[in-house]
Amino acid sequence: MPEKKIRVLVAKPGLDGHDRGAKVIARALRDAGMEVIYTGLRQTPEMIAEAALQEDVDAVGLSILSGAHMALVPRVLQLLRENGQDKVRVFLGGIIPDEDVPKLQSLGVAGIFGPGSSTLKIIEEIRNAVRLTA
Amino acid sequence: MHLHDTVLAGDRLALARLLTEIENDTPLGRSTLNTLFKHTGAAHLVGVTGATGTGKSSLVNQLALYYRQPPTGDPPRRVAIVAVDPSSPFTGGAVLGDRIRMRELSGDTGVFIRSMATRGSLGGLAAATAGLVQALDAAGFELIFIETVGAGQSEVEIARLAHTTLVVEAPGLGDDVQAIKAGILEIADILVLNKADRPGVEAAERALLGMLKLGHPTKRIAPHGLMHDVAAADAELAASVDWIPPIRRTVATEGKGIPELVAAIQGHRLHLEQTGIWQRRDRARLQNELEGLLSSQLVATWRSQVSQQRYQATLDDLLERKLSPRQAADALLNGRAPNGAGPA
Repeated sequence: MPEKKIRVLVAKPGLDGHDRGAKVIARALRDAGMEVIYTGLRQTPEMIAEAALQEDVDAVGLSILSGAHMALVPRVLQLLRENGQDKVRVFLGGIIPDEDVPKLQSLGVAGIFGPGSSTLKIIEEIRNAVRLTA
Repeated sequence: MHLHDTVLAGDRLALARLLTEIENDTPLGRSTLNTLFKHTGAAHLVGVTGATGTGKSSLVNQLALYYRQPPTGDPPRRVAIVAVDPSSPFTGGAVLGDRIRMRELSGDTGVFIRSMATRGSLGGLAAATAGLVQALDAAGFELIFIETVGAGQSEVEIARLAHTTLVVEAPGLGDDVQAIKAGILEIADILVLNKADRPGVEAAERALLGMLKLGHPTKRIAPHGLMHDVAAADAELAASVDWIPPIRRTVATEGKGIPELVAAIQGHRLHLEQTGIWQRRDRARLQNELEGLLSSQLVATWRSQVSQQRYQATLDDLLERKLSPRQAADALLNGRAPNGAGPA
């Protein structure tokens, strides 16, 4: 029977060399019953916002290891808003220094998960955030 | 403003939301599709199927790029892509990864890509794929590529939906006995031999050619034990009623063979239009959809009438071997058990 599925875009903006972590997350979300759209490495914020729009996702998970998060994440958030997708919840993973966390949260990032985060916690937070906006 | 108006006006977010509503089979999705249906029927639906890893997504990417910027100077066509990947049978989740190969199409508003999970459907497509394609057709996309899940031998639903079906093969996937088995090769309007820079491409093409010759014996006669082509006039006549799937070699990652493949797709469209098969396929497709809806609605109506208790009791009888599956179905449908066995 058709039902409402949580759709999540997992994307890697910037010039990271590998996407091991993003794939682990994609797989974990899949096993939690979500539909994960995975777009691969080296995405621009424009490509991410466009994919989020066409796929009508509930949440976007960004994975950034390069240190460029303070440039890339605000741009993704801005483009999502411009496209009318302000309800889409944005999550962030990768290497994010503690001092950047409050700034990113104030910009509208719904959750930030560094190395060692439990996938169960990530799944739980995505489910809660999507439920609140539904 | 209604959702169908914003979709017809070209609003991409409205289109994306409509596709979600259709996929979730909501009342809004159904009613919007009802309104939009009269705007459908213009798009050329091209199915792309084949085994996992033969390069379907890369091929669709290249075809879309070609239609967006035809080197021949023709006007660009608006292209939509519906890419289907499997749902997990255990959790219902899915990883939809076809966009990875389509990054070059990003930033072009003349292209719309949508990934969808099968959500339990077999046959290579999802239950809602036809509905999504209708919405994209109504939204004015002229070419709609439908990429199936990695298909084995019997995922042939795509042939019912598409006007033109490409079956993508790659060297080294099987011998000539694989090529004469029933199923996926039979539904090809065009055979694509992708990864044609790999070893084994000659043998693969030979196997496919052999399959085609066996499958279209009317094109050849064998008087005095000699095989040769029929007379030219007859061949022309045969070609007008018959279509022998051409084989096209491609290297999708490098864009090789794409112009020739596009020519074959256009040729097939012309063939469909000239022979009236276009209308016949349209009719068959809509009939297929109607039959599907009738079956699911009849089942839903029937289910709302039979009590859960009676259903469970019959299931118990089945489990205890008091009834065969067919007897159990008869008992539930007729409201009585055959031969007096089982619950009345």
